[in-house]
Amino acid sequence: MDKTWNNKAWFLVLPVLVLVAFSAVIPLMTVVNYSVQDTFGNNVFFWAGTEWFEDLLHSNRFWEAMVRNLIFSFIILAIEVPLGIFIALNMPKKGWGVPVCLVLMALPLLVPWNVVGTIWQVFGRNDIGLLGYYVNALGIDYNYVQDPFDAWVTVIIMDVWHWTSLVVLLCYAGLVSIPDAFYQAAKIDGASRWAVFRYIQLPKMQRVLLIAVLLRFMDSFMIYTEPFVVTGGGPGNSTTFLSIDLVKTALGQFDLGPAAAMSLVYFLIILLLSWVFYTVMTNYDAER
Amino acid sequence: MNLDFSWMAWTWPTAAFFIIIVLMLFGMGVWEYVSPGGNPRVGVLRFETTRGDRLFVSLLGSAFIHLAWLGLVGPNLWWALALSVIYAIGVFRYV
Repeated sequence: MDKTWNNKAWFLVLPVLVLVAFSAVIPLMTVVNYSVQDTFGNNVFFWAGTEWFEDLLHSNRFWEAMVRNLIFSFIILAIEVPLGIFIALNMPKKGWGVPVCLVLMALPLLVPWNVVGTIWQVFGRNDIGLLGYYVNALGIDYNYVQDPFDAWVTVIIMDVWHWTSLVVLLCYAGLVSIPDAFYQAAKIDGASRWAVFRYIQLPKMQRVLLIAVLLRFMDSFMIYTEPFVVTGGGPGNSTTFLSIDLVKTALGQFDLGPAAAMSLVYFLIILLLSWVFYTVMTNYDAER
Repeated sequence: MNLDFSWMAWTWPTAAFFIIIVLMLFGMGVWEYVSPGGNPRVGVLRFETTRGDRLFVSLLGSAFIHLAWLGLVGPNLWWALALSVIYAIGVFRYV
């Protein structure tokens, strides 16, 4: 019992703490410092107090970007999680098909974000892009540069193409870890395909699904590069998500104070939602 | 070696804020040393929380109380601070 309460093992975490301090804590402290000041460059700062936070909380531009971001995250979770489970369930569990499917699934994840954006920017163009050209040839008026709905469809399909693989691989890892004895018992009981999924596969995938939902939510809520490359936040502001708005404020307008205040509110919202997700899913697991 | 941290734009109010956070974490460490195990219990939220969870919920909730006060009432945050302290006491007592 003494060893259980030996806290000296915490010293082993020190290297990680130092890394996190440099990569996260010090930048976060700097953002907090910037959020209450104004600057015109040259490391000269002026105290602004809570002014940037007040401006932000009364800004329509911020709330509109927030709503757009939440809708985007909701849509991609609603598509990627069921689709990822469906694909994982239908992937082969043994034989030569396993490595082939795993490599095919991993491919989109290996493509850098800005390259994904560029691929879909060209792919969706209605003059030279395969997708845009043939969708228009079918008689559907598709133009993601001018039509906000088309821009949203393009950004969502691009995200689904890029990230569903992550959900698939996580679910697949959960599925292959289920011992055969579970399936044999279900077969003896005469369980239907749906019952096997509902009472064996889904509960066994719950932990990996928690990770998948958390990762996809946080990633989609922080999405920047792909929509920025494809639509630049347009047409108008229709695909201007929080991160795009933040970069416009910080780097486009060089308003570091307002951008820092926005970053902090953004950070708090993602922290809250991630905590809620994590708590709900882990406690559901504990109750079972 | 001359370390220049002027780019971090430190101010006394923000430094005090971080010192208080560090002191809270230090206090939680001492509390854990005196009474190990994190005092897990099931409170009004109907799931198990340790005192670390309760501190996290208190700090996160306090941040949103301050933001809500700024957005709905005004820039005088002393009342928001008082409300946050009451909220934190409530969280440590009932959550």
